[in-house]
Amino acid sequence: MNGYGGSILRVNLKTGQIQKQPTPPDVARDFLGGRGFGIYFLTKEVPAKADPFGPENKMIISTGPFSGLLIPGGGKCDWTTKSPLTGGYASASMGGHFTAEMKYAGLDSIILEGISPKPVYLFIDDNKVELRDASHLWGKSSITVEKELKEQFGEEYQIATIGPAGENGVLFAHINHDYGRQAGRGGVGAVLGTKKVKAIVLHGTKSIPVADLQGYKQAGMDLFKACKEAEILKEWQSYGTTMVVSWCDEVGALPTRNFTAGSFELGKNLYAPVMRKTIVVTDKGCFGCPSPCGKYSHMRRYNTYVEGPEYETIGMLGSDLGLGNIEDVAQANLLCDDLGIDTISTGGVIAWAMECYEKGIFTKKDTDGLDLKFGNAEAVFALIEKIARKEGIGALLAEGVKRASQKVGKGSEKFAIHVKGMEQSAYATHNATAMLLAYMTCDVGAHHNRAWAITYDLQVGREKVVPEKVARVIWLQNFRPMFDVLGACRLQWVELSIDRNLYLPALEAITGIKRSWEDLETVGERIWNLTRLYWMREIDGFGREWDLPAPRFYEEPPKTGATAGQITRYEDVQKLLDYYYEQRGWSQNGTPTAETIARLNLEQFVN
Amino acid sequence: MRLYVDSSRCSGCKACLVACSLNLFHENNPKKAALVILPHFPVPGTYEVKVCTQCGDCAKVCPTEAIKVNERGAYYVDMDECNLCEACVSECPEGVMFVRTELADTAWKCDLCGDCVTVCGTSALWIAEVEAAAA
Repeated sequence: MNGYGGSILRVNLKTGQIQKQPTPPDVARDFLGGRGFGIYFLTKEVPAKADPFGPENKMIISTGPFSGLLIPGGGKCDWTTKSPLTGGYASASMGGHFTAEMKYAGLDSIILEGISPKPVYLFIDDNKVELRDASHLWGKSSITVEKELKEQFGEEYQIATIGPAGENGVLFAHINHDYGRQAGRGGVGAVLGTKKVKAIVLHGTKSIPVADLQGYKQAGMDLFKACKEAEILKEWQSYGTTMVVSWCDEVGALPTRNFTAGSFELGKNLYAPVMRKTIVVTDKGCFGCPSPCGKYSHMRRYNTYVEGPEYETIGMLGSDLGLGNIEDVAQANLLCDDLGIDTISTGGVIAWAMECYEKGIFTKKDTDGLDLKFGNAEAVFALIEKIARKEGIGALLAEGVKRASQKVGKGSEKFAIHVKGMEQSAYATHNATAMLLAYMTCDVGAHHNRAWAITYDLQVGREKVVPEKVARVIWLQNFRPMFDVLGACRLQWVELSIDRNLYLPALEAITGIKRSWEDLETVGERIWNLTRLYWMREIDGFGREWDLPAPRFYEEPPKTGATAGQITRYEDVQKLLDYYYEQRGWSQNGTPTAETIARLNLEQFVN
Repeated sequence: MRLYVDSSRCSGCKACLVACSLNLFHENNPKKAALVILPHFPVPGTYEVKVCTQCGDCAKVCPTEAIKVNERGAYYVDMDECNLCEACVSECPEGVMFVRTELADTAWKCDLCGDCVTVCGTSALWIAEVEAAAA
């Protein structure tokens, strides 16, 4: 099939059985690849109410038709599973070179089923697929494992691995690849850990077939040329996502001390030019990326190296913890990467613990003697280690901020900053109603990347609650995830502002099938609705209440910073949902109606 | 003319390798490219890129005279005439002469098409006169 690897690889970890099936053309037509394949296989194959850590759950790793081809940023890999953190849908997007290598091995998806009786790693070298003993790797950190496997097999081999946190079932454990790219959110690393899969080693030497070679080459070159001509390219290459730290600080969107404010008095120490000058040594790109946002850093204070920190990590491990030194933030980033936990959720849960400590809900007796004041970098480093190893207070925090706050009580649920059990990523949304709605309705929990609407808030009036704003969020949610579906990065469109229509001739030449953005947005809408149906299937009573934000964003206006005194009213939060459900074709409890299900050809998934 | 590289600008994305395989073999396959990117991670965190300098040493040792000069003044492999002896591989001072029989029944090398330069977003690669750049 043109543009595809051609096969779905199934690995039964319990029996060791390995099977390859041709990639179904009708699934490719309706769901394209990536996240689309993920939710399709998850809904079809994982039984309702399966235990995320049980043998019925599966890990579905997918490429898209752009992966591994001459398309800017064609290196996005989707990891879909039932989330142990939220109990709902998890889809984590990973950059780097893994997804391209999957295509060169002829694979569109890898589906890991069951639980291995002992630690293993999956070894794939073109048609050779084996489960190999990983007892010598178990317990080791992500970077150590990647280095050992690269030394053993060579630089051409791509490695994805979990750290000790994944082995220990930390609910927000991640998967690490290419010394600093992650499938970060929702606990995908913990699912791999409970399946006893320490790593995947991957190598492929096949060529990816395309329908029209000349047309594809031309369209690919046109995309690269557009990226290179973008005005902002040079600045973006210097700073990557850290470019927005200063902007967020200025507009009050930089999470500060557990989202009590959106501006940080030490924020200037974390701004992009400071970081570039202080620690960055190399620009590090994912596969096929003309605008590498990855910054590889050397922290002289610790004599260590890390890829990052990028914006989210600066927000969540920096300002949200009151840390105002970029080397400290980068060191915290390294510890998370190496031990195998998501920097966003880790920052969220530590910020919550710090607030508990400062409010007297925790004393040193609860914190294993740690002085958990905001700004204490040493305490942050110690907590990261404790979380990954589930030691002392780390065992509580390893469950995520929702469960931890329910256990602790004493009003701490009010300042547990999450939606659907996923810690909110790094945009403070006290008075940014489009971004707030984006978090409320995001398909995995409080994550930013489906609808990065914060700039739109500033553009049209941040406090406004009008149908047009809601429509914008919905459009972004249908459109932006299509990059994850196609297996390419969205940032060339978002940040370099290249014309999205340039992708269409490329897709047509690659697959041989002409598609419009309208058509592709319908695929996006289909996927969005299917994820909603998945949540409803998995969680009894799932509905409107699950779409509410943390109370902090409608009850507690910040006392300082650019948004001091500003807050979204609760009535407006509800109004946002009213508009949203209506425009989505959902009931006022957030359920897709029969008409919506029929319009999107989703009937087969509801009976 | 030859290809030049500033390795400190490389971000390891491999777009150049895909473009190269498309030119040489009309295939999407970075394993069949005529440049090499060597990542040095996790320490010191740099990329090292190897490119053909068009020195011509490969052509001098080729027993079948399969390595010829094209209209751009670059040495290229006439794939029909290569006998896979690998003499050129050991002779190449930069390690950018390739024989991998599991991938192709021919040796291959850079023919200075310039497509890698076109797609390189960080301007790590460029083509210039040998003398001018050396000066």
